Amino acid sequence: MYKILHKKVLSDVNKLMVVSAPDVARKAQAGQFVIVRIDEQGERIPLTIADYDREAGTITIIFQEVGKSTMHMGMLNPGDEFATFTGPLGHETEVENYGTVVCVGGGVGIAPIYPIARALKEAGNRVLSIIGARSKELLFWEDRMRAVSDELVVCTDDGSYGRKALVTEPLKEMLEEHRGEITRVWAIGPAIMMKFVALTTEPFEVPTIVSLNTIMIDGTGMCGGCRVKLKEGAKFVCADGPEFDAHQVDWDLLLARQRYYLDEEKRAVEQWEHKCRLEAQG
Amino acid sequence: MTELTNRERMSIPRQAMPAQEAEARRTNFDEVALGFTMELVQQEADRCLQCKRPHCVDGCPVGVLIPQFIAALREGDMEGAVRAMKEKNNLPAICGRVCPQESQCEVKCVLAKKGEPVAIGRLERFVGDYELAQRTCPLERGEPTGKRVAVVGSGPAGLTCAVDVGREGHEVVIFESLHAPGGVLVYGIPEFRLPKGVVQAEIDYAVECLGIEMRLDAVIGSLYTLNELLDQENGAGFDAIFLGTGAGLPSFMRIPGINYNGVVSANEFLTRVNLMKGYLFPEYDTPVKVGDRVAVVGAGNVAMDAARCSLRLQALRQREGAEVHIVYRRSAAEVPARAEEVHHAEEEGIIFDFLTNPIEIYGDENGNVCGMRCIRMELGEPDDSGRRRPIPIEGSEFDMDVDMVVMALGTSPNPLVFKDAGGLERFKWGTVIADEETGRTTKPRVWAGGDVVTGAATVISAMGAGKRAADDINAFLREGIDPWA
Ligand SMILES: Cc1cc2nc3c(=O)[nH]c(=O)nc-3n(C[C@H](O)[C@H](O)[C@H](O)COP(=O)(O)OP(=O)(O)OC[C@H]3O[C@@H](n4cnc5c(N)ncnc54)[C@H](O)[C@@H]3O)c2cc1C
Ligand SMILES: Cc1cc2nc3c(=O)[nH]c(=O)nc-3n(C[C@H](O)[C@H](O)[C@H](O)COP(=O)(O)OP(=O)(O)OC[C@H]3O[C@@H](n4cnc5c(N)ncnc54)[C@H](O)[C@@H]3O)c2cc1C
Ligand code: SF4
Ligand code: SF4
Ligand code: FES
Repeated sequence: MYKILHKKVLSDVNKLMVVSAPDVARKAQAGQFVIVRIDEQGERIPLTIADYDREAGTITIIFQEVGKSTMHMGMLNPGDEFATFTGPLGHETEVENYGTVVCVGGGVGIAPIYPIARALKEAGNRVLSIIGARSKELLFWEDRMRAVSDELVVCTDDGSYGRKALVTEPLKEMLEEHRGEITRVWAIGPAIMMKFVALTTEPFEVPTIVSLNTIMIDGTGMCGGCRVKLKEGAKFVCADGPEFDAHQVDWDLLLARQRYYLDEEKRAVEQWEHKCRLEAQG
Repeated sequence: MTELTNRERMSIPRQAMPAQEAEARRTNFDEVALGFTMELVQQEADRCLQCKRPHCVDGCPVGVLIPQFIAALREGDMEGAVRAMKEKNNLPAICGRVCPQESQCEVKCVLAKKGEPVAIGRLERFVGDYELAQRTCPLERGEPTGKRVAVVGSGPAGLTCAVDVGREGHEVVIFESLHAPGGVLVYGIPEFRLPKGVVQAEIDYAVECLGIEMRLDAVIGSLYTLNELLDQENGAGFDAIFLGTGAGLPSFMRIPGINYNGVVSANEFLTRVNLMKGYLFPEYDTPVKVGDRVAVVGAGNVAMDAARCSLRLQALRQREGAEVHIVYRRSAAEVPARAEEVHHAEEEGIIFDFLTNPIEIYGDENGNVCGMRCIRMELGEPDDSGRRRPIPIEGSEFDMDVDMVVMALGTSPNPLVFKDAGGLERFKWGTVIADEETGRTTKPRVWAGGDVVTGAATVISAMGAGKRAADDINAFLREGIDPWA
């Protein structure tokens, strides 16, 4: 069992947890992920390692409540335990000094982009960052991102904070302004955001790396449920990724795969909310 | 009681296994075969001729003392039957259920020549179930030796090796990447063939008796690499490693449309159903979809299990008129699945499309499967495997109306564990090179066995390999002679 040591509510739907998992912490690297399961009935859900502390033996995760499992997780508190906390899985981010790079984090994707931006900064890169969310309440870690970026643009879809824009707007401007200088872009966020980031950078021919959040089960390459179609053929996100060249990805198929279990997900949430209501009534 | 003559023994018919009726069982995930009663056991045991040279034993990959355990059963000496069984086989409740007996022990039984062989597997299951309930003869651990052995993977190969090494008094740690032990026994083989409670009970029993440490959620290659496990200074400091990581990597056909929603590997489908208990959704969180018209491609045990799970999910969800097809490119004669499973699948209403091969999968505007193009096949000359090679019949293409395709085409070893494992050589198709007799790999202090060496095979052959490797590991740790030196 893996104990939750600390919990922070970042916004209505975004929660941060620090979990005791010394073995995972010993090996964790930026870009990798863990698979967690709440209890015996729980599903295996992949979450990026947002931070780690080898000395303390802890892993930080940040998640957005989008369905039954993440809603249930959001109700857990320090002292509660996860039944499963497996990792570190997937390949780590390749970090070198590339010169000038851009890091884009959308929504809960700000969490996983942060350690990458930090590692890039430490490797000597000039880091330009963009973070965005639907509205002000959903933003977090602006301070952390600022600390590891040479420039930071903050935007919201509804203009409730920072610039009123989708992340792709400032990205396009940066690419135009620093034409030829920017050598790499990282983007993590909802699939639809990553798709449009890929479309934005493609004409500039800037290599773009995305971390894909497909549906997973085992997370070790055993089921093929996480597979993504690239131009060169299908790959397993858990074992071959999670980071891929954004210009290779068949985004429409990826988006379709994410929607495949929508009906079941809705049913699970309804059932869960019903159960919570009954419990609340005693 | 007077002794029966051989003639009398041979006139007793083979006892049928009580089973759930096909109509009832296709709507539930409960076990199909219900097990013998004591009375049936006695009748069946009476059929055995107690051969001086028992050929049945030659057919068993681990050499179970078949006449001895059957003789004890006949006497009603259950403890004796258990003891005889455990000489060679520590997981009888499992093997009795899933061994392909008809091609192993039973095919060699003398009675098979004249009629029907003794139902060795069914008797074995009875002994296993009895012992799980009674625990009459627990495994005993030898004097602690101070030596430490890491077993990677908790499938039948790993478990068997762990038990035989643990009995010698060595400290054993099993590392398993999933959240439950058992390998294919828990994530692949469905509840209705092998109840998960039986697997868990067999494992708990052995692990508790021998003080084996079971580390779940531990992915080797990531959490520790093989070199780190062996490293005496800075690593985990194990004296020996047994690699029993199986062959879990699914293959997909290289045909257009293979990535549409609704094309799943049998591994994914079965893992959702069995390990994650998807058939109990939403009580359990993991959903599993089933189509109204499912095509399962392949005809091994994996395909039968996927087909029969599909059928049950359709029934549970009251899909009127739903169908499940097995699509196989060879003919009925080449089907590799256990005979009993094929028989059960037919009874339950699975449709077999032999000599048929998919060539394209169609998708709709949402990226969901909406059909499959196939071609008819005919059998040509025998290939390397000795089976007649299927050849497409030109111009015989036709469309099948399906909305889900399960790929059950075979698997290869998952390469994750081979990270930082310098010196461990593999064949180009991925399986580990290991000596058949001893399980020694090309890397010092690393042994391997089971599907990771042979490719997808059987439970009992994996156990046999685990056993042989355990003997060699024990000898190595006892005598300290390094066979790699
Ligand atoms: C390698 C990897 C790393 C991940 N890291 C994180 C992370 O650090 N933090 C985090 O919150 N999530 C992360 N995810 C996504 C996370 O696993 C899912 O959000 C989670 O499984 C949802 O479970 P659920 O039962 O709550 O929702 P479900 O009921 O499974 O999903 C509800 C709905 O939300 C949609 N959805 C799911 N995930 C996302 C998403 N990330 N963005 C937009 N829509 C989504 C689904 O398509 C579905 O429609 C990661 C996924 C992968 C594969
Ligand atoms: C659906 C299905 C039905 C079958 N039916 C039958 C049948 O009826 N009769 C029969 O005899 N055989 C059957 N088989 C075949 C049989 O199950 C296998 O041959 C047998 O399980 C192989 O045993 P194993 O110990 O080598 O590997 P596995 O059972 O595959 O176990 C390997 C274990 O290693 C773990 N592992 C893998 N990589 C790592 C890692 N890096 N770190 C830690 N752990 C790791 C896996 O999670 C798994 O638990 C069936 C197989 C399938 C898939
Ligand atoms: S282990 Fe399998 S092959 Fe051996 S006797 Fe038992 S059922 Fe037969
Ligand atoms: S071959 Fe058949 S009859 Fe002879 S000992 Fe074995 S099970 Fe009994
Ligand atoms: S999650 Fe199963 S192969 Fe990637």
